[in-house]
Amino acid sequence: MRQVSTKDITDKVRDLCISAACDLDPDMSSALRAAREKEESPLGKEVLGQIIENFEIAGAEGLPMCQDTGISVFFVELGRDVALDGPLYDAINEGVRRGYKDGYLRKSVCHPLKRINTGDNTPAIVHTSIVEGDKVKIKIAPKGAGSENMSRLKMLKPAEGVEGIKSFVVETVREAGGNPCPPIVLGVGIGGSFEKCAILAKKALLRPVGTKNPDPDLVQLEADLLRMINDLGIGPMGFGGRTTALAVHIEAHPCHIASLPVAVNIQCHAGRHKEAVI
Amino acid sequence: MSEPVRISAPLSDEMAGKLRAGDKVLISGVLYTARDAAHKRLIELLDAGKELPFDIKGQIIYYVGPTPERPGQVIGSAGPTTSGRMDAYTPRLIELGLKGMVGKGARSKDVLDSIRKHKAVYMAAVGGAAALIRRSIKKAEIVAYEDLGPEAIRRLEVVDFPAIVVNDAEGGDLFLQGVQKYRRVS
Ligand code: SF4
Repeated sequence: MRQVSTKDITDKVRDLCISAACDLDPDMSSALRAAREKEESPLGKEVLGQIIENFEIAGAEGLPMCQDTGISVFFVELGRDVALDGPLYDAINEGVRRGYKDGYLRKSVCHPLKRINTGDNTPAIVHTSIVEGDKVKIKIAPKGAGSENMSRLKMLKPAEGVEGIKSFVVETVREAGGNPCPPIVLGVGIGGSFEKCAILAKKALLRPVGTKNPDPDLVQLEADLLRMINDLGIGPMGFGGRTTALAVHIEAHPCHIASLPVAVNIQCHAGRHKEAVI
Repeated sequence: MSEPVRISAPLSDEMAGKLRAGDKVLISGVLYTARDAAHKRLIELLDAGKELPFDIKGQIIYYVGPTPERPGQVIGSAGPTTSGRMDAYTPRLIELGLKGMVGKGARSKDVLDSIRKHKAVYMAAVGGAAALIRRSIKKAEIVAYEDLGPEAIRRLEVVDFPAIVVNDAEGGDLFLQGVQKYRRVS
């Protein structure tokens, strides 16, 4: 067994919270630059220009690129040969607490009914899996509400098949319009159960922008959906244009013979992801 | 791309009436910030027959909840939030003289009707461009509801704040026009 101190986890999580908020990953930034080159709408080009200038300022000055620094979502892969010296979730929450304070990030988490802010952006949402090895891998994906609120899940009838999936995904994006700050990336979960499907959609967003699913059938579906979505004409910020989505990422899982769950998780252009391995 | 229109805030009726969907604007002057929690309190004040904490005539409300400022900074990152969450409260404020709103995303039919009836204007800033927009904010002070933290009402002084007109007083709608122009029907 390898001993890992929860203090190290807290320190890493603190740093990840801050760097995710301020420093856009190269996959997203290059996708946005490429989109500006291709965009036909003058206003759309202008919007993409502002988005690019914004993440450049944020990175250079260490400022949050968006004021909605999100609810803190983590995917943790815990090696089965790791021995932790304390509770994992407490360590993560303490890191969030410090990161949001030290980084001057907005605390955006509240009681669902009373709407009273918890004051420190905790509790974090943590998805944990046990894997081989003696490492702890922590991925952070802070999520703003503008795009999360436009996400949808539907239990389709199996008879609706691929056509049903397409129309549900495209309709979700059409309804979202300019709200989720397009250009967006779409995480689509297909199959599993009600909750598995939602997690698949979220996980799909962690893939570097534009990477393809290994399954050729899904690659085709990703390409078809991307074309259909960009044909909607919503464009950057919904002002009209060719770039509504930068990519569609699908993750699939076997499901019950009587079900076809589909989840669409929308990610805005502030697609903030960071990871660390301890 | 056409040149931006420079406008001053508070907005005159004349200026509000002249702006057209799709115009790029640079706003200089005063903006008040408010999100849903602050709107709820404003409406509660009106229901109780009390005065609003600022004179709303001619004003522009910016829908924003900034990040906390670092020591020595005027304000943190400050991009627009989704305007639709304010739809339930907005017509009441427009009736009282609110002339402009800056946010992101589409408005309800009630809000659009009210904009047309009272010759107001709805503008969008680029969502997520919070570090860029921050540069146009020269002064910020809390005028009400400090307990709401990022959702408190702030009076901002801005110079060349960048926005785009979405819904104008004549019923023009950039979201509809844009989609119509770039939609491909397969
Ligand atoms: S949807 Fe994304 S870019 Fe837009 S305001 Fe929310 S977090 Fe920021």
